Amino acid sequence: MVGEGIIKGMAETARNFLGSYVSDERLTTVQYPEERDVLPEATRQFPFLVYDGNDPMAGLRCVACQICEKECPPKCICIEKSKDKKPDYVGKPQIYPAKFDIDLSVCMSCQICVEVCPFEAIKMDTEYELSTTDRFGGLLVDKHQLAKPNSHFHQIHPTDANEVDERLAAEKAKFEAKTKADAEAKAKAAAEARAKAASSQTPPVSA
Amino acid sequence: MSAIAEMSPKNYELIAKDDDGELLEVSMGPHHPSTHGVFRMDVVLDGERIVKLKPVFGYLHRNHEKIGEGTSYLGSMPYTDRLDYFCSLTNNWAYALSVEKLAGLQVPERAEYIRVITAELTRLQNHACLMGFLVQDMGASGTPLMYAFREREKILDLFESLTGARMMCNYMRFGGCRVDLPAGWLAQAQKVVDEFPKFIDEFENLLAGNEILMARTQNIGTLSRELAINSGVTGPMLRAAGVNYDLRKVDHYGIYDRFQFRVPLGDHGDTYDRYMIRVLEMRESVKILEQALKGIPAGPIIDPKAKLRGFRPKAGEAYGRIEAPKGELGFYLISDGSPNPYRYRVRPPSFINLTILEDMCAGQLIADVVIILGSVDIVLGEVDR
Repeated sequence: MVGEGIIKGMAETARNFLGSYVSDERLTTVQYPEERDVLPEATRQFPFLVYDGNDPMAGLRCVACQICEKECPPKCICIEKSKDKKPDYVGKPQIYPAKFDIDLSVCMSCQICVEVCPFEAIKMDTEYELSTTDRFGGLLVDKHQLAKPNSHFHQIHPTDANEVDERLAAEKAKFEAKTKADAEAKAKAAAEARAKAASSQTPPVSA
Repeated sequence: MSAIAEMSPKNYELIAKDDDGELLEVSMGPHHPSTHGVFRMDVVLDGERIVKLKPVFGYLHRNHEKIGEGTSYLGSMPYTDRLDYFCSLTNNWAYALSVEKLAGLQVPERAEYIRVITAELTRLQNHACLMGFLVQDMGASGTPLMYAFREREKILDLFESLTGARMMCNYMRFGGCRVDLPAGWLAQAQKVVDEFPKFIDEFENLLAGNEILMARTQNIGTLSRELAINSGVTGPMLRAAGVNYDLRKVDHYGIYDRFQFRVPLGDHGDTYDRYMIRVLEMRESVKILEQALKGIPAGPIIDPKAKLRGFRPKAGEAYGRIEAPKGELGFYLISDGSPNPYRYRVRPPSFINLTILEDMCAGQLIADVVIILGSVDIVLGEVDR
């Protein structure tokens, strides 16, 4: 019969339309911005810089090694090294970024900077409502705007953050053990040298 | 006829014909809503019939290949997402495959399974969307496309929880994948896969027997088997013309040999066949997904020899190709041992499938050009690169 296919199709539409009154599964639209979907943990938008402690500038993990600047495919990161050094999370004196700018209008959220960073200093944020009327300056963010505490990282990517914390703690323990061992070895060497010097000063006892 | 053969299409011109009547030249696009992006066709019409059609592309040209020669091997990976932005995971796979051939990396078992699962999910959502768009082109505005997007959304949610992004996934790495599946992902994927045949049934009920759809698509835009082979058409378009050629069966890449699935073939090569072949391919993809989700082993997801920074494959060349949802997607790389490729070439399926548009459209009505173009399944990000 001509028209059978159309009637069958209309029945399908009707089933969906009427079904939307009884089943939530058929109501698929999310009424943004009144409603917001919960984002999955892996979601990434734009990068931010992680800092430890309370002072954003003192606690930045970034050591301005410029690997992310080099690897960034659209080249949206600009880093300038500092002239002086500050202690990092393990206490070693390190260079820090005097300038760390990311142009978010160029960034394509590919996460390569996060993957190549050997210091766990740069991570992906989940903030997506970034529209601005300022076309050029508004999306060029500096290190003060980029710096976010480790607790923020824990909040948005808990699994990742715990892994990173464990890894950093292990590194720190290793470093501390090493410095301690070094210090002990040094102290021992110094003591030995002192002992030697002392023994050389005392006149040999002759029989 | 000599006047027709000699004329070169300009814009909006009336061209005198030998006998009575005039030919009208119309420029369709690049802002025509039916051209799936910024694509232009210079069409010469005799009444409503197509006499000549010249596809004009390049409006979305972004220097993809030249950028690929300037950035590192890893740096090109996120750019491949932007080729065919519906199927970023298959693009990733094709590029990763060619670099793995170049550098001699071995992909672990679990990563191969993840690749198959994500690629087949990509195929499902691509074909679902294509059917929606095609019906939209025919004038059924809204409903079918909305149903298709509802299903696509479920698959994109899976992609987001795995890769972090809905469309620009940037997930595959040379020698494996970037991250392992998060907890509960397989169960979630299983649920989507189990429910997907219901959607295909629904869509078939909605449209496959629809008289208007059949009248609009049957015997429209017929592509002969010989022409399809000679012009290098691949993918569902080639199979709709009745040629049994599927890289998953022919090329034995990845682990497709382990799965039981059939290659659906068309008979007439018209637009209706191209529409139905997508429905059948989705059913086969669901079969592959069911087997892959059952058989996925535990283990590492990346070759330990692979490294992110300072990646320099030895000098040589490699061509990696896969069966992307739109056809054969290949990446050709020449390495001179430096951190970036000496030559980086993409063989995009929809660009090559588009070259026979004039042969399919000649003699058809102008209203049918829109649906013939829709059934080719182009994405301008890939056509123009």
